[in-house]
Amino acid sequence: MTRKRKRLLAVLGLVGGLGIAAALVLSAFNDNLVFFHSPSDIAEKQLPAGRLFRLGGLVEQGSVKKDGLNTDFIVTDLRASIPVRYTGMLPDLFREGQGVVANGRLDAQGRFVATEVLAKHDENYMPPEVAEALKKSGQWHEKAGDHAKLVKPGS
Amino acid sequence: MIPELGHIALILALCLAIVQGVLPLVGAARGMPGWVALAPQAALGQAVLVAFAFGCLTYAYVTSDFSVLNVAENSHTLKPMLYKVSGVWGNHEGSLLLWILILVIFGAAVALFGRNLPATLKARVLGVQGLIGVGFLSFILFTSNPFNRLLPAPLEGNGLNPLLQDPGLAFHPPFLYLGYVGFSVAFSFAVAALIEGRVDPAWARWVRPWTLAAWCFLTIGIALGSWWAYYELGWGGWWFWDPVENASFMPWLAGTALLHSAVVVEKRDTLKSWTVLLAILTFSLSLLGTFLVRSGVINSVHAFATDPTRGVFILLFLVLVVGGSLVLYAFRAPALQGVGVFAPLSREGALVLNNLLLAVACAAVLLGTLYPIALDAINGSKVSVGPQYFNAVFIPLIAPLIAAVAIGPLLAWKRGDLSVALRRLLPAAIALLIALAIGLWLIDGRSFMALLGLGLVAWLGIGALCELSLRIKLFAAPVSETLSRARHLPRAAWGMTVAHLGVALLVMGITVSQTWQVEVQQVMRPGESVQVGPVQYRFLGVSPYKGPNYTAQRGRFEVLEDGHVMHEMQPAQRRYQQPPMETTEAAIRPSLLGDLYAVVGEGDADRGWAVRLYWKPLVSWIWLGALIMALGGFLSLSDRRLRVGAPARRRSDAAAAAE
Repeated sequence: MTRKRKRLLAVLGLVGGLGIAAALVLSAFNDNLVFFHSPSDIAEKQLPAGRLFRLGGLVEQGSVKKDGLNTDFIVTDLRASIPVRYTGMLPDLFREGQGVVANGRLDAQGRFVATEVLAKHDENYMPPEVAEALKKSGQWHEKAGDHAKLVKPGS
Repeated sequence: MIPELGHIALILALCLAIVQGVLPLVGAARGMPGWVALAPQAALGQAVLVAFAFGCLTYAYVTSDFSVLNVAENSHTLKPMLYKVSGVWGNHEGSLLLWILILVIFGAAVALFGRNLPATLKARVLGVQGLIGVGFLSFILFTSNPFNRLLPAPLEGNGLNPLLQDPGLAFHPPFLYLGYVGFSVAFSFAVAALIEGRVDPAWARWVRPWTLAAWCFLTIGIALGSWWAYYELGWGGWWFWDPVENASFMPWLAGTALLHSAVVVEKRDTLKSWTVLLAILTFSLSLLGTFLVRSGVINSVHAFATDPTRGVFILLFLVLVVGGSLVLYAFRAPALQGVGVFAPLSREGALVLNNLLLAVACAAVLLGTLYPIALDAINGSKVSVGPQYFNAVFIPLIAPLIAAVAIGPLLAWKRGDLSVALRRLLPAAIALLIALAIGLWLIDGRSFMALLGLGLVAWLGIGALCELSLRIKLFAAPVSETLSRARHLPRAAWGMTVAHLGVALLVMGITVSQTWQVEVQQVMRPGESVQVGPVQYRFLGVSPYKGPNYTAQRGRFEVLEDGHVMHEMQPAQRRYQQPPMETTEAAIRPSLLGDLYAVVGEGDADRGWAVRLYWKPLVSWIWLGALIMALGGFLSLSDRRLRVGAPARRRSDAAAAAE
C-alpha cells in the first residue's frame, strides 16, 4: 500500500468513526431531551399525557399529604397549580413554600406523577427555572428570601 | 488589621503578576536577559504574597472574626476546627483564593524545579502563568474580595452549609483545584512553545510530569467528590452526570488524552500540534469548569446559590484565554511539523485511537452539558439532558477504548504487529470467555451492559498483566531473572500497568454494583425485618440524639446474616440550627465485597418510618479503582526519567534516540 492510500484509509476511518459518533450522539439527544414546564404552561398548552418532562414551581402551603411512601402535594407558580404524586423518600430540602423541580409524566387524570424530585444543597437556592416561571406568572419578588417570607407567613 | 494586610498582599500580588506577565515575555522576545531573569523571582514573590493573603483569611476563620463579611456569612463559632479551616474554601471568594494560591504555587514550582529549562522558555512559561494570575487576581479583587469588612460586626456567623461539613468535602476542592490548575502549567508550556515555534521530545518530557501530577490530583479530586455524593447526599448514587460533575470530568478526559499524546511527542517526535492543542483545550475546559460552577449559569442538583454577574467576568476571561490561545495556535501550529512516519498499527497509532475516542467522548459530554445553557440563551426554552443521554453516548465510545487499552501497550513503536499482540493476549481472551460464561450463568443474559462490563474487565485486567509478565519474562525465564527484571523495570512502566489495572477495577465496581444492587424502599415499624440481597435488616426503632451543632433522629438497624446479628447500623436525620437545615446521614457499612447502606426518613411510632435499604456489591471498587489509577500516575511520576526537574534538552534527546 502506498503512503497516499494509507493516509486515505486513515482519513476514511476517521470520518466513518466520527459519523458513527455523531449519529450516536444525535439519536441519544433526541430521545433524552427533557423539557421544562411550569404549572401555567401545562394549563395553557394541553400537554399530552405520558410524555416525560420536568415540572417546577413552589410547593403549595398545606398541600402535602403523606401516606406511607406516597406523597401528594400541589406545585404552583401562584397563577396555576397542578397536583403531584411521588412515591419514595423525598429529599431533605423538600418543604412547603419552597421551590421544587420534579421529573415525571402526566397521567390520564391530569395529575403529575413524579419519578424523581430533585434535591438542592442550599435552602436559599431557588431553581432558575422556578424563578423564571414565577417571573412569567408575575409573582416574582426581587429577592428569593422576600418571596419565601411572602408565601410563608408566620414561619 | 490582619484582613487589611491580606487585602494589601493580594493587591501587591496583582502588581507582581502584571510584571511577571509582561516583562519576561517582552524580554524573551527582544533578547533582554535582565527581564528574562525576572520571571522566577516574580513567580516566587507572588507565591509568598498570595500564601500570606490565604493565611490571613484562614486566621480570620480560625479566630471567627465576624467583622469580615465572608467569615460572617460562612462560619460560626460552634463549628469544629477542621470545618473552620475548610470553610475558608467552602464559599465562592475563599475557593477562588485557593484557586489562585494553587496557581502561584505551581508557578513557583516551575521557577524552582525548572532549573534546567532554557531561560527563554522558562521566562515564557512563567509569563503566561503570570497572565493567568492577572486574570484571576483582578477577578477576586474587583468582584469577589474575601476581605470585605462588615460593620458593625455581628456576634455570630451564618454558619457553613451542613452538607459541606464533612471530611470528604473538606479535601475535595483542594484536590480538584490542584488538578484544574495543574493543567495551567501544560497550557503555559503549550503557549510558550507556540511563541517559540518549537516543540520537540524534550518539550514533551518537561510537560508530561506536570500534566501527570495534575491528572493524578484531578482523579483523586473527582473520586473524593463522587464518594462524598455517595455517602453524604443519601441517594446512594455515586455519579449523576450532573453539570458540576461534568465540569470536572471534561478536563479529566482531555487531560487523560494529553497524557497519552505527550508520550507520542516524546518518543516519536510527532503528533505535536495536536498535543499543543490538547494542552490548550484541557486548561480551557478547566476554566470552563470553574466558570460553570462559579457563575450560576447551570441548574444543577449540586448548584449552590451563586451570583450570575460574576459569571460575565469569568466568561470574558474564558473567551480571552481560549480565543487568544487558539488564534496563536492557528498562526503557529503549521510550523509544528512531525517528523515520524505514521503507521496506524503501532503504539503511536493505538495512542491516537485513545486520543480520538477520549476527545469525542469529551465533546459529547460538553454538548450535553452546554446545550441546555445555549438553548436557554437562544430562545429561552428550558430543557435538561438526562443521564440516559450520557450513558447512551459515553459507554459505546469508552468500551472500545477500554478494549484497545489491553492491546496498545503490546504494539511496538513505528510498526506494530496486531497478530503477534493478539497471540500474546491469549490468556486475556480466555479470561474474557470465562467472564462471559460466568456472566451468562449469573444473569441469564438479561443485561447486555453487565456482560460487556465483565468482558472488558477480564480482557483489560488480564491483558495488562500479560503485558507486565512479558516484560519481566514471568515463567519464561528463571525466577531470579524475572525478579531482577521486575526491579529494573522503569517506574513509568509499572505506573502504566497499575493505572490500567485501576481502570479494570473501576469498571468492575461500576458493572457489578449497577447490575446486582438491591434496593428496598418501604415503611417499617420497629421490630419488622426485611431481606435485602444477602442480608436481613431488622428495624429496632428511632430515638432522638443531640450533636455539637445539631439535633438528630437516629434510627437503629440490626443486620443479620444467616440469622446471626452481624452489625448494627444507625442512619440519622440531622437538623442543624445554623443555618437551619436538615440533612440525611446514611449509615454505611463498607467492605470490599459490598456495602450495606441504610437511610431513615420521616415517620412516627404509629405509622412507621420511611426507610431505604441497599445492598451494593463491589461499589467501593469504584473509588478504589480511581485511587489506584492515581497511584499509577504517582508511580510513573517518581520515574527518574520523568522527574519534575527535567533533564537537560541534550541529554533527553540522546535518551529518546536510544529507545
